[in-house]
Amino acid sequence: MRPAPVTDETATGYYGNPVLKAPVWKPVIALYFFTGGVAGASSTLGFAALLAGNRRLARSALLASAAGIAVSGPLLVVDLGRPARFLNMLRVAKPTSPMSVGSWILSAFAPASMLAAGSAVTGRLPRTGRVAAGAAGVLGPAVATYTAVLVADTAIPAWHDAHRELPYLFAASAAASAAGTALALTPVPDAGPARRLAVMGAALELAAFRAMERRLGEVAGPYKEGRAGTLARAAEACTAAGAALGLVAGRRRPVAVAAGALLCAGSLITRHSVFRAGFESAADPAATIGPQRSRRAAG
Amino acid sequence: MGSNMAECHPVGFQWVMEAKARGARVIHVDPRFTRTSALADTFVALRAGSDIAFLGAIVNHILTTGREFREYVAAYTNASAIISEDYEDTEDLDGLFSGWDPETQTYDPTSWQYAGMPAAPSAGTKESSPQGEAHGYGSKLEGAEPPATDPTLEHPRCVFQILKRHFARYTPELVEEVCGVPKARFLEVAEALCDNSNRERTSAICYAVGWTQHTVGVQYIRTAAIIQLLLGNMGRPGGGILALRGHASIQGSTDIPTLYNILPGYMPMPHAARHGTLDDYIAANTAPAGFWGHADAYFISLLKAWWGDAATADNDYCYDYLPFITGDHSSYRTIVDMADGKVPGFFVLGQNPAVGSANGKLHRAALAELEWLVVRDLVEIETATFWKDGPEIDTGELRTADIGTEVFFLPAAAHTEKDGSFTQTQRMLQWHHKAVEPEGDCRSELWFYWHLGRIIREKLAGSTDARDRPVLDLAWDYPLLGQTGEPDAEAVLREINGVGPDGRTVGGYTELKADGSTACGCWIYSGCYADEVNQPARRKPASEQDRVALEWGWAWPANRRILYNRASADPSGRPWSERKRLVWWDGDAQRWTGHDVPDFVIDKPPDYEPPEGAEAEHALRGDEPFIMQTDGKGWLFVPSGLVDGPLPTHYEPHESPFSNPLYAQQANPARQTYRRRDNRYNNGNGAVDYPFVMTTYRLTEHHTAGGMSRFLARLSELQPEMFCEVSPALAAERGLVNGGWATITSARSAIEARVLVTERVKPLRVQGRDLHQVGLPYHWGWKGLSTGDAANDLFPLALDPNVHIQEVKAATCDIAPGRRARA
Amino acid sequence: MTRMGFFTDTSICIGCKACEVACKEWNDVPDDGLNFLGTSYDNTGALGADTWRHVAFVERPRGGSAPPSSPPVNGQDAGSSPAADALDTGSAGVRWLMSSDVCKHCTHAACLDVCPTGALFRTEFDTVVVQQDVCNGCGYCVPACPFGVIDKRESDGRVWKCTLCYDRLKSDMTPACAKACPTQSIQFGPLDELRDRAAGRLGVLREAGVSEAHLYGADDNDGVGGFGAFFLLLDAPEVYGLPPDPVVTTRDLPRMWRAAAGAALALVGAVAAACARPR
Ligand SMILES: Nc1nc2c(c(=O)[nH]1)N[C@H]1C(S)=C(S)[C@@H](COP(=O)(O)OP(=O)(O)OC[C@H]3O[C@@H](n4cnc5c(=O)[nH]c(N)nc54)[C@H](O)[C@@H]3O)O[C@H]1N2
Ligand SMILES: Nc1nc2c(c(=O)[nH]1)N[C@H]1C(S)=C(S)[C@@H](COP(=O)(O)OP(=O)(O)OC[C@H]3O[C@@H](n4cnc5c(=O)[nH]c(N)nc54)[C@H](O)[C@@H]3O)O[C@H]1N2
Ligand code: SF4
Ligand code: SF4
Ligand code: SF4
Ligand code: SF4
Ligand code: SF4
Ligand SMILES: [Mo]
Repeated sequence: MRPAPVTDETATGYYGNPVLKAPVWKPVIALYFFTGGVAGASSTLGFAALLAGNRRLARSALLASAAGIAVSGPLLVVDLGRPARFLNMLRVAKPTSPMSVGSWILSAFAPASMLAAGSAVTGRLPRTGRVAAGAAGVLGPAVATYTAVLVADTAIPAWHDAHRELPYLFAASAAASAAGTALALTPVPDAGPARRLAVMGAALELAAFRAMERRLGEVAGPYKEGRAGTLARAAEACTAAGAALGLVAGRRRPVAVAAGALLCAGSLITRHSVFRAGFESAADPAATIGPQRSRRAAG
Repeated sequence: MGSNMAECHPVGFQWVMEAKARGARVIHVDPRFTRTSALADTFVALRAGSDIAFLGAIVNHILTTGREFREYVAAYTNASAIISEDYEDTEDLDGLFSGWDPETQTYDPTSWQYAGMPAAPSAGTKESSPQGEAHGYGSKLEGAEPPATDPTLEHPRCVFQILKRHFARYTPELVEEVCGVPKARFLEVAEALCDNSNRERTSAICYAVGWTQHTVGVQYIRTAAIIQLLLGNMGRPGGGILALRGHASIQGSTDIPTLYNILPGYMPMPHAARHGTLDDYIAANTAPAGFWGHADAYFISLLKAWWGDAATADNDYCYDYLPFITGDHSSYRTIVDMADGKVPGFFVLGQNPAVGSANGKLHRAALAELEWLVVRDLVEIETATFWKDGPEIDTGELRTADIGTEVFFLPAAAHTEKDGSFTQTQRMLQWHHKAVEPEGDCRSELWFYWHLGRIIREKLAGSTDARDRPVLDLAWDYPLLGQTGEPDAEAVLREINGVGPDGRTVGGYTELKADGSTACGCWIYSGCYADEVNQPARRKPASEQDRVALEWGWAWPANRRILYNRASADPSGRPWSERKRLVWWDGDAQRWTGHDVPDFVIDKPPDYEPPEGAEAEHALRGDEPFIMQTDGKGWLFVPSGLVDGPLPTHYEPHESPFSNPLYAQQANPARQTYRRRDNRYNNGNGAVDYPFVMTTYRLTEHHTAGGMSRFLARLSELQPEMFCEVSPALAAERGLVNGGWATITSARSAIEARVLVTERVKPLRVQGRDLHQVGLPYHWGWKGLSTGDAANDLFPLALDPNVHIQEVKAATCDIAPGRRARA
Repeated sequence: MTRMGFFTDTSICIGCKACEVACKEWNDVPDDGLNFLGTSYDNTGALGADTWRHVAFVERPRGGSAPPSSPPVNGQDAGSSPAADALDTGSAGVRWLMSSDVCKHCTHAACLDVCPTGALFRTEFDTVVVQQDVCNGCGYCVPACPFGVIDKRESDGRVWKCTLCYDRLKSDMTPACAKACPTQSIQFGPLDELRDRAAGRLGVLREAGVSEAHLYGADDNDGVGGFGAFFLLLDAPEVYGLPPDPVVTTRDLPRMWRAAAGAALALVGAVAAACARPR
């Protein structure tokens, strides 16, 4: 049933038109990946700090979590166009749809995170606050990583084919950004865990990105060249600088703030890079055709 | 050939695809590789305007290899007829036939006559106007059988031998030189056609306006007719020459004509100089043999249909109420007169000449000379608005304030909004029922003309002026339906069918009488309302009847699906082959029978010999199938009826970058031209200023001058802009870029178009050099959703002399990158 | 109910675009912009929210994948005898392939799988349809489709694609595009019947020497579990803008969730490690 091999001019398909449709998501979605990551990882950090008795750190992390999630909602609505449209998400629960799963996670996470932050800031309802912080802390990693599945679960080669590494990249990036936020918001003496998390997150983020590029092989192009590639390099630089700064001079408050900002910038730019790379990958017919052709040829 | 069937007749083309699936071989010959070519088994690219050389070479190939269907040719064609001694061929006179009068630029066809037969004082004779105004069926002879024949086909002056000599120089080499078709490819086509044409097999030739729109258009089709007669492909299933016609009912508009020179059923329009009285008319148009022998019955029944009780034997059935023609009043002639200020008013219905007719600029200038103009259309087309937004207004050549034309735009109802019939390519009438009421003021043509007539009659009521009688005496009495007073279209169909003395519909034209007892609006349509039943409205599915499907619609004449089908049987009345049987003689029943309605006198035996003094159909023998011809034969050689020669001859198009390699005579000598400032020609230095050949055509996505497609988003988006098709070689030579702009210029004008560079258009090697052709769809104008320059602005008025059709399939042009200059 | 679908036989497509127009007329799909694309006779470009049937026009050099000795039975073959081609300046060297593309109504439909609202659903005819009153325009289905079929209509924020004329099917009518197709290039019917017919047609073409003819999407074992609307093609799928080996993205979803779980645990681990009291 297989057609005879084709000549190479057909590698770009039909007049060089994309085979796939580019996502219709607006750039606010990349921003949402970031804020969601901050929120998710922060809540875990906050809960861990609570457990560890580090109230200052817990407070700033829970606050960051609540702020992150508070921004996320409107970002999603901006993309959908109308607030009511978000409610349609909750008509059904579909495990095959990462967006559905994500919506339910968010729906549980957001109130918990808010409650935890509210309690931590006001000091009221401490017990409820603790339970809420626990819930948010447990859901946090899911909030931080489901977005990776969300993009991976598409036909776009630069996303789909990275499905093994993307969750790690997103988790690490979330950790780095959460740590960065905490670094900036927490007095130096209490920010030790944040500094350590920053280094771990950043290292993992850089490693995951490399691993992803390697696996993608011929479809890694967008991460290396073009706008997404430039963003990726910038993200790397920010993340590495932020981690180094935090490690070396994180005990000076202004430096800690700067390190935190760099880490957050690195994370944000990473998400934008991944986001853009998806568009570029979708637009390139060769990225779709090439690997499929090799796959078919291999049997 | 000369048809892009897949694109222009997609629904009909499904049957070609079905035939192909069953093993038929499809060959497409066209200047461009089109969607039809894509589905054909074989595609041959030829130079636009060179088909007679190609087809003539097929004739020559048949004759030199002895591939003609001998028995068929000998029995059913005029191959054996001996032609007048005075006849001289284009081979003798370097491109002219005998009878050429350089003074009047016309032929006297007397010398083309059968030896021993007096020339008919009818169509195509010297006495008749040179440009065929009175043509109807156009093939009348003074006698029936040719007086002298040679059944052995050896006589040097017999048609068969003349044919051989005439086409002897039409060789594969000539095809290569003239058409740009390699010898081998030509031979492949010629052989395929011959191999597939015999007792067991038949071949059909389809053509459309790729053949007709030339200064030799009629002769293109004549060449095909010669091929099909030689190969025995006429009157047989799977054979024939299929004219793929245009607008949904363009066939209907020649049957019941919108033409100036014929009356319903192809009866000539009376000519003022020759047909002064009814008797003159009948005498001139009644043939001694064949069914034209009853022209009197058809004609008088027509007059009865129109003037009803007012038409009596005493007043010659109101014969003198008819308009009489005095010369050429064809569309283009009228436009030229209009441009000269000789035409005060103009009705335009279902036409968009400002875009769709050759030399658009001349047309728009002519419209600006009118006192009044009525345009009835579905949308506000260019013809209705040329005075305010035409290209000449843009450039300042015309100023709205200077145009005195009073324009009336009236909205028309579309076919979905009215009852009526279409007559399609197969001569089949199909009834369509109104689906929705027309909106607002939109009305049908029937409504418009009937009420216009009513109002005029009301205004003239009581007049005693004799010149008002033709209008006042009309039988203007259809029942009116509904709120809008829509005349009943079925009543019109019934009138067309005709009624007998008892007031009931007649069963067919054989029942028509010349004594005023029958009335019939169009004799060839007689039978379409037989038994008081609307026959075209029949829609019995194919699955419920045999493959000829006689109960689907109704085809004229007499619901026959294949004309001259007597030829599907041999002279003795037996089918040529079992495989190809259609109609045959049933000796037991003493009748013709078969799958189709026999196109013959039903009980005339194959061995019938006309008795002395027999008339009309009775004057034809039992083995003469072409019953509308005076001699019952298929004409290889046309002794009467054509104004530009009895045999097709290769002439170059009016504008050509090449000289005619066969004759000193470059183009058709009888072609109709208008040498004027506003209709410049490039035939002085052909190849220099305008080195390329341009040709125009249609796209599936649009319809003709665009009124029905450019105003619709869902069609416009499919072909959104005017473009030209050029080969990569020409693009490279002239710096044209795919998707960019080009300006195409001719001796008339310049237009711009987007560029589509395509491998489907290739340069051809003609007379030793590479020729580039430029393809131009002609659908665009400046109005609607999808706009662009009109290709017709580039083309001149240069017409076929028989039918006055414009040559828009081949002319010369130049092309350069970039947009055209604006004022 | 039996699964209904399309068999689009591109070997008899004449590129008339009646299918495109009929689809728009019946489904009231707006025009897709009046743009001259310069890509042969295709000015629509691709399937999208406002184009549910799209006719591709491919001008390809002749020869390509066809062995030069094959007889000219391939409908879309410009030349016939190789000998003549060698001599020919006018006709050789080009084939014009036309193919009407549509939503594949995949057995495993990624669009449907990923839709978070349930707007995309599988009908009783086993077709994949968007419920316009449920769709919230999240756009997730758009990049999920391995064929680039479904897309968002900017003017109303929801996604649109071929419904396989769900309304017509419910009234026992043939889809508008198939009904309008003059050559029966688009054949509608029960999928298994169509597959039989397609296999027969392929056999005929192969026998006639059209070695490059092949079916696309008629195999249950392919990456999307077979198409509800499959094709007979005369060249490689990518030539028509179709993916050569499409896979439903959700096939890898379990692996994705596992990776996410791993990543989430890693995150927890890292946080825990970071918060553990330093010695
Ligand atoms: N979609 C669509 N269908 C239509 C119409 C429409 O506008 N749009 N119009 C209808 C009408 S009114 C008509 S009359 C018919 C016309 O139907 P066609 O005659 O098929 O239409 P055209 O495209 O004008 O010309 C046919 C072909 O003739 C070729 N040609 C040009 N010059 C020559 C030549 O010298 N020799 C040969 N052999 N070929 C030549 C052209 O390249 C073109 O491919 O179509 C009808 N059908
Ligand atoms: N260069 C070039 N020129 C050509 C040709 C070519 O091949 N090349 N082809 C020629 C041929 S074959 C033809 S047929 C002509 C066609 O040329 P035209 O007849 O001038 O153009 P159409 O666009 O067909 O015009 C028909 C008009 O009738 C309107 N209409 C439709 N239905 C109705 C109705 O029921 N009532 C009324 N009143 N109006 C209605 C439509 O909206 C449309 O505007 O073009 C000719 N010109
Ligand atoms: S437009 Fe009408 S007449 Fe022309 S091919 Fe289509 S169905 Fe036939
Ligand atoms: S082709 Fe795309 S849109 Fe259609 S069913 Fe398959 S995945 Fe969904
Ligand atoms: S855009 Fe509509 S159909 Fe597509 S996934 Fe979202 S809700 Fe479902
Ligand atoms: S099945 Fe209906 S909706 Fe789908 S392409 Fe055909 S006409 Fe359009
Ligand atoms: S309607 Fe049929 S023949 Fe025409 S383009 Fe569509 S699939 Fe091809
Ligand atoms: Mo026409």
